[in-house]
Amino acid sequence: MKQNYARGWTKVLPGAAIVAAAALSSTGAWAVGGDVAATAWWVWPLSLLVICFVLGMIAVPAGVGGGVLFVPIVSGFLPFHLDFVRGAGLLVALASAVAAAPGLLRAGLADLRLALPLALLASASSIAGALVGLALPAAVVQTALGVTILGIVALMWLAKKSEFPQVGSSDRLAAALSIHGVFYDAVHRREIAWQVHRTPLGLVLFVGIGVLAGLFGLGAGWANVPALNLVMGVPLRLSAGSSGFILSIVDSSAVWVYINKGAVLAIIAAPSVIGMMLGAFIGARLLTIIKASSIRKLVIVMLLAAGVRALAKGLGIWT
Amino acid sequence: MAVKGVAATNGGSARRTYASSEQLRYARVLDAGMRFGLGVLVCGFIVYVTDLVPARVPLAQMPELWTLSAPEYLRATGTPEGWGWLGMLGNGETLPLVGIAILSGISGLCFVVLLPLYAARRDWIYGVIAVLEIAVLTLAASGVLTVGH
Repeated sequence: MKQNYARGWTKVLPGAAIVAAAALSSTGAWAVGGDVAATAWWVWPLSLLVICFVLGMIAVPAGVGGGVLFVPIVSGFLPFHLDFVRGAGLLVALASAVAAAPGLLRAGLADLRLALPLALLASASSIAGALVGLALPAAVVQTALGVTILGIVALMWLAKKSEFPQVGSSDRLAAALSIHGVFYDAVHRREIAWQVHRTPLGLVLFVGIGVLAGLFGLGAGWANVPALNLVMGVPLRLSAGSSGFILSIVDSSAVWVYINKGAVLAIIAAPSVIGMMLGAFIGARLLTIIKASSIRKLVIVMLLAAGVRALAKGLGIWT
Repeated sequence: MAVKGVAATNGGSARRTYASSEQLRYARVLDAGMRFGLGVLVCGFIVYVTDLVPARVPLAQMPELWTLSAPEYLRATGTPEGWGWLGMLGNGETLPLVGIAILSGISGLCFVVLLPLYAARRDWIYGVIAVLEIAVLTLAASGVLTVGH
């Protein structure tokens, strides 16, 4: 029975992606054709709602945040200025993270002591990233976004994951901050004791991650998880949970910069957040019945296309 | 040092919790703020797009305006930077911004409610980290920081 559901959803999700692609291509065609102003205003928020619903449905099983899909795809194919897309992207990532964080914290799948020092540096640097991003010409940011997205594609394709990294002993900073603990792994049905190493390197990496989150409005789960898991030796499940919690803090500071600079438009941000959260609600239920690796490959292909589009748009090759 | 793995009860059945008391407090405040913020965002958006409260910038004009950069949009519509939007709460487009501001500000409140716990536990390092995080979020929200333009 469960396999039948899985087979059904394996057919439905690519179909949903095609619907989203069709919505993108039709709205994109209008945008390219210069007939944007002649189109009824409600077509655009409705398109955003549908596109974000599908993106939200795909993002959860693929293990990525909504922001990393939202910004390159929406900025590449819809007529909104990049400033507003990045503001909405941060808000999409923030809303998803804030919705997930309470449950993760209660379940012990996100750790406050681990997250706080990293989030402090990342949230401070995200302000700098947001300010720089809003001061640079859109073409420069679009080009850099394309390069970054292609880098994320490479990272998703090549990066290994370690479910339970071996950490010989805590470094001195982690010991001083008492960063260690125990969580319950429901999949393996056992308690996992964990500690971290290379904390100073982790802190430096999170400064960079914060800059990228603020600069591009991407959220940064794609970078948080490898930094926590591969560099600091945090178990994979705890890395994913703590990453979501860190995002809820980092994106809060960055999104304030966008709000204050007038780069958050309700007509773009609200349907994006609503669509993404409804989609994520469905996606979380699909997580148990579909093959995550297939969806992950689909997301890599989508990001590759969006990265190439962003690069071409930024360089003026395909505007 | 956080207290983790302490026994707790839920609905009469004993279970083990892996969350520290400060995590649980943080989660409680964040959860309430998230629900409130999202509710305000969704209601504000419905009021905005159904024109129950008229927008200052008509929705039909938005396709011509959202292709502009943020500074160009502010100039074209006469919208103020920073917290100036608070003075325009009677306009439809401003209502969803209240929900967005709640979602963006709730983390700061979560850190504030942690402070008494850290002080009682004499966990000064994390107390200072929480104070610094409140300062960072306040600085970001203040709108005093600027580069270029």
